Amino acid sequence: MESNWHRNLLEHRSGLFAALTTVVISIGGLVEIAPMFSVPLDTTGITVPTPLEVAGRDIYVREGCYNCHSQMIRPMRAETVRYGEWSRANEYAYDRPFQLGSRRIGPDLMRVGGKYPDAWHYEHMRDPRSTSPGSIMPPYSWLLEDKVDVADIQASVNALRTLGHPYPADLDVGASMREQATAITGRLAESKITVDPDREIVAVIAYLQNLGVDGKKLYATAGSQ
Amino acid sequence: MEAAPLSAPRYDDASVRRFITATVLWGIVGMLVGAILALQLAWAPANLGLPWTSFGRLRPLHTNAVIFAFTGNALFAGIYYSMQRLLKTRMWSDTLSSVHFWGWQAIIVLAAVTLPLGMTQGKEYAELIWPIDLLIAVVWLVFAANFFGTIAIRKVKHLYVALWFYMSMVITITVLHVVNNLALPATLTRSYPVYSGMTDALVQWWYGHNAVGFLLTTPILGLMYYFLPRAAQRPVFSYRLSIIHFWALVFLYIWAGPHHLLYSALPDWAQTVGMVFSLMLLAPSWGGMLNGLLTLRGAWDRLRTDPILKFWVAAITFYGMSTFEGPMMSIRAVNALSHFTDWTIAHVHAGALGWVGESVFAMLYYMAPQVWNRKLHSVSLATTHFWLATVGIVLYVVAMWTAGVTQGLMWRAFDEAGLLQYPNFVDTVRTLNPFYWIRLLGGLMYLGGIIVMAWNLYKTATSDSSNALEA
Ligand code: HEM
Ligand code: HEM
Repeated sequence: MESNWHRNLLEHRSGLFAALTTVVISIGGLVEIAPMFSVPLDTTGITVPTPLEVAGRDIYVREGCYNCHSQMIRPMRAETVRYGEWSRANEYAYDRPFQLGSRRIGPDLMRVGGKYPDAWHYEHMRDPRSTSPGSIMPPYSWLLEDKVDVADIQASVNALRTLGHPYPADLDVGASMREQATAITGRLAESKITVDPDREIVAVIAYLQNLGVDGKKLYATAGSQ
Repeated sequence: MEAAPLSAPRYDDASVRRFITATVLWGIVGMLVGAILALQLAWAPANLGLPWTSFGRLRPLHTNAVIFAFTGNALFAGIYYSMQRLLKTRMWSDTLSSVHFWGWQAIIVLAAVTLPLGMTQGKEYAELIWPIDLLIAVVWLVFAANFFGTIAIRKVKHLYVALWFYMSMVITITVLHVVNNLALPATLTRSYPVYSGMTDALVQWWYGHNAVGFLLTTPILGLMYYFLPRAAQRPVFSYRLSIIHFWALVFLYIWAGPHHLLYSALPDWAQTVGMVFSLMLLAPSWGGMLNGLLTLRGAWDRLRTDPILKFWVAAITFYGMSTFEGPMMSIRAVNALSHFTDWTIAHVHAGALGWVGESVFAMLYYMAPQVWNRKLHSVSLATTHFWLATVGIVLYVVAMWTAGVTQGLMWRAFDEAGLLQYPNFVDTVRTLNPFYWIRLLGGLMYLGGIIVMAWNLYKTATSDSSNALEA
């Protein structure tokens, strides 16, 4: 039989078969992934997320927002008109984990920062249908009650710093969070919304309002029409 | 071939029975969660306003349960059953078999607790937090040791084609799991990946695509090569074809990950490589499909009466369909429309419900009577299950195709003035509502089928010895 070589060489030798399989399944990944480490990203103009934004992002991940929302605007007219500038690689430099998403049950959020006032986000997270009739997004009212734990975010900042996020060594996580949070609760108060600065909703608003803002500044005049 | 020793207990079928039971139970749980998700998309109040029942936290529970719990246990059941018989030896170590079984169930229970609590890594199909990932690595290595240990003590020198596919799964999943989950823990329940941004995305979809490839595709092909010839009572159509399509499949598969990142900020060359290899993947996939379907030559008349063959034919047909659709969706112009929409969900479930699910059912209906040594309680209930499942899939998939294409077209529609025709995103969501209800109906039929199977297998396993296959 023609295929005897396969039988004699491989099908009788499990070790060789396993070794060859390992080689064959490794090639594609190596060729595609290895080059990603060779080109450093240009992070000029991309700000490192603040501790409060880190807290907000952790909540975004915890709630699984990526299951319904993408953060990836494709370079097509229908997308740039609807969502804004298409996404560039360096904008994701501090995304751990990446949150590009693979579904748009809801709209893309890459450039949602600055699109709505803080109060809109507060109401929308409390009850999505109050701001967007017909939306099928779940309500997130617990974010209005639950508190962010500074020690927890300190741990996150420490880990991210180890991974290369350039946080200054003397960064006071608690103070930084308090400052940014009170600015947000101050703006919310103007819309007659009273909320303590340590609530999770405040961190989520900080995160959302920062989404895509750097990229918008960097690329505003480029691709979109 | 050597004569097998007659001394009982020759094979460890107790492990097979346990894995079968777990498959059925987790299958019901995982698909019930799927049905709840389907309901939530059709009728938002079903999110109940509670953190642990909201869609974003439950969706990963569904995917993890159906992939790792339902499919995973089914693969282990089929592998433990077939490899002992192919190699004419008992599994290498009963202890390892037992640790493997209970360890895997512990992982699933931990997943079912942590995911609704919002403990997640936030990467699709790799959501489980780092302590569970470590446990997965340990249990997987236990399985690998048992697998290769059994091969080492085999009494049949020749490794049958099914075992090649199993082996590729054991090796590839190890590599994928370790590389994609490299992360720095911040707390006991939270960690950050060592990769960031687009690198993280590429590593993740290299993992994501190949987790599909080496859990939902290649090992199932291995099971097909073992169980289909037995159900059809015909030898595999072509041994040469199996050699060619095996090596081509495992080689090409790995390259296709970037088709999940088309039009993203990934370098263009990587996107193009992903697209080209995805197109090439059609050939070995259809090689497997043809080898399966042609194995049935001469057995087609039995299709009318044998639900196991019905399941196989439908499963292989869905395999052919989704492996044609997949390469098409990898073409940039097609992906531009399909990506982000329910079209992807249609594709996923044609593969998952059709190919994976129906293959597993075919295997269970064949294997359960053997390992419990009882005639199948009811052939007609198995046939009922087949029709529930198949009609359910058609409803699900057709509804999601329609929804996907409709929404994709609405997103890109411009009016004469050059403005978006549907600037309000919610308008495109409203259009999908009827399709979401149809999908729910299809999903409930599919789930109903599994419950019928659970009853049938329960009656089979618990019937008295007058129903024994052999005394
Ligand atoms: C009763 C049966 C099932 C129902 C009703 C169901 C329903 C669903 C729903 C509603 C979603 C979310 C879709 C969305 O994001 O819009 C989903 C996602 C998913 N399901 Fe199922 N499912 C079922 C069975 C299965 C099975 C058996 C598998 C695999 C073996 C599976 C694998 C998946 C995967 C991988 C996803 C995520 C898809 C993606 O991220 O693109 N499902 N399912
Ligand atoms: C030649 C074979 C195949 C190719 C080339 C292929 C290609 C693709 C493509 C292009 C996507 C859409 C990516 C996107 O736009 O986001 C996709 C998604 C998917 N496919 Fe396939 N497919 C194949 C076979 C299968 C089979 C047989 C199954 C299941 C058993 C399957 C399961 C999935 C899943 C679960 C996803 C969703 C991933 C996610 O977004 O979460 N595929 N596939």
